[in-house]
Amino acid sequence: MTGLSGAWVAVWRRNFLVWRKLAGESIVGNIIEPLLYLLGFGFGFGAMLPDVDGVRYIAYLAGGIICYSTMLAASFEALYSGFSRMHVQRTWEGILNAPVSLEDVVFAEWIWAASKSVLSAIAVVLVAIALGLGHSWTMVLIAPVAFLIGLTFSGLGLIMTALAKSYDFFMYWFSLVLTPMMLFSGVFYPLANMPPWLQALANALPLAHSIALGRPLLLGRWPDAPLVHIAVLAAYAFAGYWVALVLLRRRLTT
Amino acid sequence: MTVLAARGIRKSYGGCEVVAGLDLELARGECYGLLGPNGAGKTTTLRMLLGLVRPDAGDISLLGFPVPQAARQGRMRVGVVPQVDNLDPDFTVRENLVVYGRYFGLRERDVAARIPALLDFAALQARADSRIEELSGGMKRRLVLARALVNDPELIFMDEPTTGLDPQARHQMWEKLRVLLRQGRTILLTTHFMDEAERLCDRLKVIDHGRSLAEGSPAALIAEHIEPEVVEVYGEGVAEWLEAEGRALAVRAELHGETAFCYLRDAGAAVASLRTRPELRFMHRRANLEDVFLKLTGREMRE
Repeated sequence: MTGLSGAWVAVWRRNFLVWRKLAGESIVGNIIEPLLYLLGFGFGFGAMLPDVDGVRYIAYLAGGIICYSTMLAASFEALYSGFSRMHVQRTWEGILNAPVSLEDVVFAEWIWAASKSVLSAIAVVLVAIALGLGHSWTMVLIAPVAFLIGLTFSGLGLIMTALAKSYDFFMYWFSLVLTPMMLFSGVFYPLANMPPWLQALANALPLAHSIALGRPLLLGRWPDAPLVHIAVLAAYAFAGYWVALVLLRRRLTT
Repeated sequence: MTVLAARGIRKSYGGCEVVAGLDLELARGECYGLLGPNGAGKTTTLRMLLGLVRPDAGDISLLGFPVPQAARQGRMRVGVVPQVDNLDPDFTVRENLVVYGRYFGLRERDVAARIPALLDFAALQARADSRIEELSGGMKRRLVLARALVNDPELIFMDEPTTGLDPQARHQMWEKLRVLLRQGRTILLTTHFMDEAERLCDRLKVIDHGRSLAEGSPAALIAEHIEPEVVEVYGEGVAEWLEAEGRALAVRAELHGETAFCYLRDAGAAVASLRTRPELRFMHRRANLEDVFLKLTGREMRE
């Protein structure tokens, strides 16, 4: 009954096919918000600010915004779209009647949300390039980093999906977890500006590590201690997936 | 040859036994009905037979594969028509079939080759590129059925396949099921419609509270449990008629609300008596499976 098999690929492809049909709306949706932040804060605040970290504020901001929007893309997919497929449209129920296990389905959702967040990250990087904010080959590495960020937030998001009774439940995740994380993890300003206790808190959470990897790559630099950040994100990603799987087993197969 | 067998399967939720030791055996090519009121344990039983829920006790063999251990192999040759349509609303009719075929690991080419026949079977050739929301309820049901055939299954699970359909669509579904049976496929059917079970099932089992109450062919169950004729009487004064004449004429008689049910070997005398009572309306009919079902499971409402 249990166990992961190659069948997860068919489930991933199902989600990809839906995305391809709605790709236009999806990409516009993924670009608009980061673009507004970049234009509004980047130019607005940026004009009043000296260089941050040796670069123009808008360039500094762009790296944070890319990681933030990657986090959002993976979260929306794992929460709202995942919940639709699990509960509202009963897509999973149909799939599970075929020779596909729950592990296959949950693994496919985990990988898919991360894949989609890479597509979103690439779109935002292209916007940054269009605004003249990135020039280095290191930007290419943002794609695998975005995949890891996506796995992290899709794994954590699937836990919420496993616990949700309705879409309303996801407001807690966004307003109590993701929004505070955005404000205190160094998207808009260096983490070093914060009091030490807040820095410690931010460093225990995954978005700060995402930004520690993504921002330097956009600016053509090499991240400090990349393995530490990768390890923290991977730990969150796998823990999230595993807890979500345990909860979904309890919810759907008992 | 046995296609599906279950012995002594049990499942409890929070101390409440939903399935309490059920045996089941389906021979190749038969249509087998699983009947019971809401909450009788039908859906849980189906989920256990498919290997989606682990039974607390008992053995299941699905097309020769032990379940749940090897349920995946068993499901390779099983089709499922679920109670609620779970078609992919973002896809067209054709895409729904293609994508579902992938879940069986079927080669794209093989699925593509089967699709015209599936569309033909579901009478949806002209709708291949329609979106799901453009389909009527009957069309959706037929597409769900076609989707369940994408892997050319030997055994088909049908969980209330005609609930919510109008009479035309129901009759069309029944025709489809007969075609599948003629092709030698085996069907496990759950339904609330006794006429549906009586029409389609070779054998059926009535269950309640997770236990089997009776098993046999529709005709045998009717003959065993119910007198051959039934007269239903409605109207003011029905209770008075029942006590004055009805009970004496019937083998068994029951009064439920404003309706008297008289079960008789020969309804001639009762009908003659009712003809003299124009204030009472009555219906004289043959005993049917619904009478058996209500006798075995009672008339109380199930929520």
